Amino acid sequence: MVEIRDLSKRYGKGPQILDSINLEVMHEEFISFLGPSGCGKSTLLKTLCGLINSSSGSVKIKGKSPDEARADCGFVFQDANLLPWLCVQQNAELSLKIRGVPKSLRREKSEALLKLVGLSESKEKFPRQLSGGMRMRVSIARALATSPSILLLDEPFASLDEMRRNRLNEDLLRIRNQDLFTAFYVTHSVGEALFLSSRVVILSSNPGRIHTIIDVPFEYPRTAALRESSAYLDLLVKTTHSLREVTVE
Amino acid sequence: MTFRNYSIILMPILSSFVIFMIWFGLGQNMVQERVEKDGYTVEEAEGARKAVLPYPNEILTALTIHRTDLLQATSNTFSTAILGFLAAVIGGYGISLLFSSSLLLKQATYPWILVLQMTPVIILSPILVIWLGPGQRATALITFLIGFFPVVANSTQGLISTNKDLLDLFTISNASKWQEIALLRVPNSMPYFLTGMKIAGTLAPVGAIAGDIFAGTSASGSAGLGFMIMVYISSAQVPALFATAILACTLGFVFVCGVNVIHWLALKNWHDSYGEAEQ
Ligand SMILES: Nc1ncnc2c1ncn2[C@@H]1O[C@H](COP(=O)(O)OP(=O)(O)O)[C@@H](O)[C@H]1O
Ligand SMILES: [Mg+2]
Repeated sequence: MVEIRDLSKRYGKGPQILDSINLEVMHEEFISFLGPSGCGKSTLLKTLCGLINSSSGSVKIKGKSPDEARADCGFVFQDANLLPWLCVQQNAELSLKIRGVPKSLRREKSEALLKLVGLSESKEKFPRQLSGGMRMRVSIARALATSPSILLLDEPFASLDEMRRNRLNEDLLRIRNQDLFTAFYVTHSVGEALFLSSRVVILSSNPGRIHTIIDVPFEYPRTAALRESSAYLDLLVKTTHSLREVTVE
Repeated sequence: MTFRNYSIILMPILSSFVIFMIWFGLGQNMVQERVEKDGYTVEEAEGARKAVLPYPNEILTALTIHRTDLLQATSNTFSTAILGFLAAVIGGYGISLLFSSSLLLKQATYPWILVLQMTPVIILSPILVIWLGPGQRATALITFLIGFFPVVANSTQGLISTNKDLLDLFTISNASKWQEIALLRVPNSMPYFLTGMKIAGTLAPVGAIAGDIFAGTSASGSAGLGFMIMVYISSAQVPALFATAILACTLGFVFVCGVNVIHWLALKNWHDSYGEAEQ
């Protein structure tokens, strides 16, 4: 599905940001990236969808280059970044509108998605009327509107409190159950990474390299109860230790 | 039901009262001084006072006497101000659209716009009158020149300061340059543009009156308030001068209210300053 080979990146003549990243990802996988700030996680996500060109190495998505495969990607940013002049529904439809999808089809798709993210009631509201969590849900609906086979999420819930974040994590998995996409997820929270992912990639910094890849063996669909299982807690400890190794004080 | 509930109405009434008292007091003082020191008769002294500091009732009388001329002039200045204002708003936004789509054009043109902006319009006005002849065309052009820079500066700012993530989002969706402008940059620039529009709207009556002082003409009833000011100054009709000031103030008020209403209507749905989040 996604093949990353010897991927390296430096911005202009700046320092090496990413250094020989190798990763092969299957269609049904959910990959999380953990690593210190500035190790190149955002850079890596943007390289995957062709927003940034790699300096060397290659990325292949279903055998295509990121530029060609871009239309098959959805991106969720740390800030919801909704357009304040559009209502919830129009925001959710934005990518479809850009692609010239006719209005009736757009409506149909956005209705279904807003229902999925639990915002059917609020579709006529404007972003300023929503809470942070609701805005993030719209942002996710917007990214999923084009039914991408790859969803890239860059610390999407970092600004939410833990209860909200847990709820959204559960919802994200529920949504993915309905409409399977390959996910690349950047986070600073070990718990979140383990709860969501099939594999957790820990990156070291200066330059960004893959330090460890941790397999998360829990079956999908996962529920909130997973967070209390001893297997999960053991893995949490183990992963936290690995993360500590790459975190320089 | 305390004093605070009514203070917003009571205090302006109170301050008006104080201002009128000072006004009449100064006038009476003036009359008294003339009579006592310069040996004027009371009638002569009142006449001299009226030529310097007419009382509000005398101003209202002048307003009634000259109402035909003054209302015509107000209406002329109003239409000139609207014309210049619309030209500034539409032209200014058009130019900033061009700027945002072509850096080279912006680099070539912006310095000249700055030069034009820094040259006081007072000095440009006589030149424009020589080129265009006196009349509404010249006056409207002067109004345009005063209002258009704030629109260009603000709108250009709004068109180029677009969230980087949103630009990425459009890139991922393979948006065309045109879509990026129409769906993202233009709506994003609206608050900035409307701020520029507000400034232009506040300046438009000023520009139209100042322009009319230079470029106004009495030909075929086209005189504006600026021209009337010149007429009343040269014939020392001071109460009429004050009456003109009242109309100019009203005109300014109408413009400021107008642009504020437009601003509010355009942004009420999405600007944080016009509403609170529900939670
Ligand atoms: N457009 C850019 N130009 C130059 N340097 C950049 C750019 N974007 C990111 N960087 C640098 O690359 C490094 C990694 O950034 P980033 O990928 O955002 O890290 P992370 O998301 O892991 O915090 C940082 O040191 C940052 O300063
Ligand atoms: Mg980042």
